[in-house]
Amino acid sequence: MRLSRDAHRLILLALPVSVFALAFFLVPLARLAIVAGQGPKGIAAYASIVTEPRHFESMLVTLGLALAVTLTALGLATVAGLFLSRHQFPGRQLAIAVLTLPLAFPGVVVGFLVIMLGGRQGLIGAITQALGGGKVVFAYSLAGLFVGYLYFSIPRVILTVMASAEKLDPALEEAARSLGASPLRVLKDVTLPGLAPGLTAAGAICFATAMGAFGTAFSLAANIDVLPMTIYTEFTLNANIAAAASLSLVLGAVTWSALFLARSLAGAPAAAAV
Amino acid sequence: MRADATTIELNRCGKTFADGTRALEPLDLTVAAGETVVLLGPSGCGKTTLLRLIAGLEAPDAGGRVRFNGEDVTGLPIERRAVGMVFQSYALFPNMSVRENIAYGLRVRKLDKGEIAARTREMLEMMQIGQLAERRVHQLSGGQRQRVALARAIAVRPRVLLLDEPLAALDAVLRDRLRVEIDALLRRLAITAVYVTHDQAEAMMLGDRIVVMSAGQVEQAGTPREIYRNPATPFVADFVGTVSRIATAAGVVLLRPEDIRLCEVAAGRAAATVETLHFLGGRCQVGLIGGDGARLIADAPPDTPLKPGARVGIAWDDAAPLRLPLMEAAQ
Repeated sequence: MRLSRDAHRLILLALPVSVFALAFFLVPLARLAIVAGQGPKGIAAYASIVTEPRHFESMLVTLGLALAVTLTALGLATVAGLFLSRHQFPGRQLAIAVLTLPLAFPGVVVGFLVIMLGGRQGLIGAITQALGGGKVVFAYSLAGLFVGYLYFSIPRVILTVMASAEKLDPALEEAARSLGASPLRVLKDVTLPGLAPGLTAAGAICFATAMGAFGTAFSLAANIDVLPMTIYTEFTLNANIAAAASLSLVLGAVTWSALFLARSLAGAPAAAAV
Repeated sequence: MRADATTIELNRCGKTFADGTRALEPLDLTVAAGETVVLLGPSGCGKTTLLRLIAGLEAPDAGGRVRFNGEDVTGLPIERRAVGMVFQSYALFPNMSVRENIAYGLRVRKLDKGEIAARTREMLEMMQIGQLAERRVHQLSGGQRQRVALARAIAVRPRVLLLDEPLAALDAVLRDRLRVEIDALLRRLAITAVYVTHDQAEAMMLGDRIVVMSAGQVEQAGTPREIYRNPATPFVADFVGTVSRIATAAGVVLLRPEDIRLCEVAAGRAAATVETLHFLGGRCQVGLIGGDGARLIADAPPDTPLKPGARVGIAWDDAAPLRLPLMEAAQ
């Protein structure tokens, strides 16, 4: 059977990305899956996320943190993004630049910034001490991680909200108002449904990033073991390679599911809105 | 539907935007109860801004007042003015069905379920879109969408109906049909309506009165007949209908195409050369070049024997030329 010229061309064009995916993604992933099952516990290593209390707790903390960061970032960034896309004022460009600045920093630097703010020598500690309330230090706790993750999550959501808001027909909100809807009602019935596909997508990216963030956790985490830190510890300190591999796969599966779910949720209404 | 139609009064309503652009010079305008007024003008003339002032989507500059039946509504936002709005982009809610769109204003007003259902059904029937009730907005054609938008706007029984170029996004055939429907609807409801358009045919057909605007000012307000036969300014003469300017010994004469009679050169008051001929069905549109090089447009019978290049005379009745008060003052 002869392939058509188009089919040949298609194969040729798909070849580089296929090779890349095979070499740097599928092969290592398969190897990881095998390694995870070859430890002293065998296949049971996969269950360690529920059987091993330390791993289970780490998973819960990471999930909770990622969810909290996602919801907070969506809330804050929706307000800011809507405001920025609806109003023209002097310094608007500067405000956008400052709000999206965290995109320029790696996680380690974000962690460093959090320490400058809420660490043992931090600004907030110095202020509360001067006010006589004792030194407040939060950088090395869950609160510090939360602040750090939030900091680098907000820009992505703001940019998505702004892009979605600019695509919304302003006449939609005006029509709702002409029918008697209060501003809050318009937000609930028109604006948020219009932004929903964009918010879902941004939320999923936000969640995935928070699940897998390592740099910030590494520079902060004295007390907290989020999942990426646990993997790192198992791998380097305990040399428990099978556990590290199984946790990696679980982390990947959770994150990938969240992204997949969001895409199928966002896809339907987004297509319907066209 | 309402016996108590609303009068709209604007006093000294101007609009300057934050960046200093003057969109509207301060103006006065009264729309009588039950009347349809069309705001007509090119884009950027201020007609949409004027409509938005009436709607409450924009506030007039200091000193401006908007009154509905004598009640000062200047400080009321749109959601408390009880106006129905129809937009060029239809602005239907994509997350709701046709029925939910029409019922939205009734739900916001917290009417009871039976009343909402009954009035929604009434609207669906009136606009002949009953079979579309459960469709999503993206499944509708442009004409269907605009019918839903009209139904949604009048379902709440607004005091006034405001339409912002509602037909501009439709193709020609559909536009003609919906124009007739809107005209019938406005007569039937006897509602006070303000209709914005840049299409003079639409304005002539729908308007009890037409307000011709240009550069943020009212050029002329009057019935379609007054505007066409007695334009107040050269702008109005050119924007509403076609006008030819013919130089004669007594000065420049302005003529509508239907008032120009083409005849033998010797019998004419002026002469011109036929340049183009366009057969339009009921008549032929003749493009001519006058002695001074000016372009003229005249109507001829559909079976006219004229050919491009022919020399013709131009005649007209003494009563035919348009008389522009401003132009006469200038001459």
